[in-house]
Amino acid sequence: MSHSVCVISSRAPYSGQSAREALDMALVSASYDIETSLLLIGDGVYQLLKGQETGQIPRKNLAAMLQVLPLYGIDTIHVDQVSLGERGISSDVLQEGVTVLAEGELPLFIQQHSRVFNF
Amino acid sequence: MKFALAVYGAPANSQAPQSALHFARALVAQGHEIVRLFFYQDGVNTATAIAQPPQDESNLSEEWQQFVQAHNLDAVVCIAAALRRGIVDQAESDRYELPGHNLRKGYELSGLGQLLDGALMADRFITFGA
Repeated sequence: MSHSVCVISSRAPYSGQSAREALDMALVSASYDIETSLLLIGDGVYQLLKGQETGQIPRKNLAAMLQVLPLYGIDTIHVDQVSLGERGISSDVLQEGVTVLAEGELPLFIQQHSRVFNF
Repeated sequence: MKFALAVYGAPANSQAPQSALHFARALVAQGHEIVRLFFYQDGVNTATAIAQPPQDESNLSEEWQQFVQAHNLDAVVCIAAALRRGIVDQAESDRYELPGHNLRKGYELSGLGQLLDGALMADRFITFGA
């Protein structure tokens, strides 16, 4: 049986290590040649904001780390439109390579995967 | 049925390890198989040997270890998450020249691939503390 993995990340980029550790999970899954999606919901959508400057924190820039995903065969990051709307984030302030899932599309999208990792 | 369990919360700030232990005991009692336990994120703190909760409280790390050893479970602690949080075995302590080591016996430090592998080989993959 061929598997597919959905990694769901719902934490802001610099709130603890959750976003980083979710990304690590997605990269490991993709590196095992498993079809892998990264889905950002809730505060996880903040991970996609352009112009993150982390030198003062200091932390690694998560937005920059997300840009390695295409090298692992994850060509787009999926993001929940409702979560964006609740936070007043319009898609033009998000980095490139993002697919916005409209309200109602989320359950079907998640169901398309055989395993879900929730962070 | 084959189960894989993942624990993402620490004993001192999350109910996750306690809920996971209850669930794991129920699985064994009903004859299910636990093919992998994986401790990730703050869940790695469950495997420390040196946390000492007050004597009138349960020592969840100790209870987990007893359960793991009694049932000879495949219990993996994410090595990257553990190193970041100060959970190390003898080998990692030596490698980084640290003043000690604190991983409980019965657990193995390994990579995230073990979480993926566990989730894929199990019929059900259950996460605690996401």
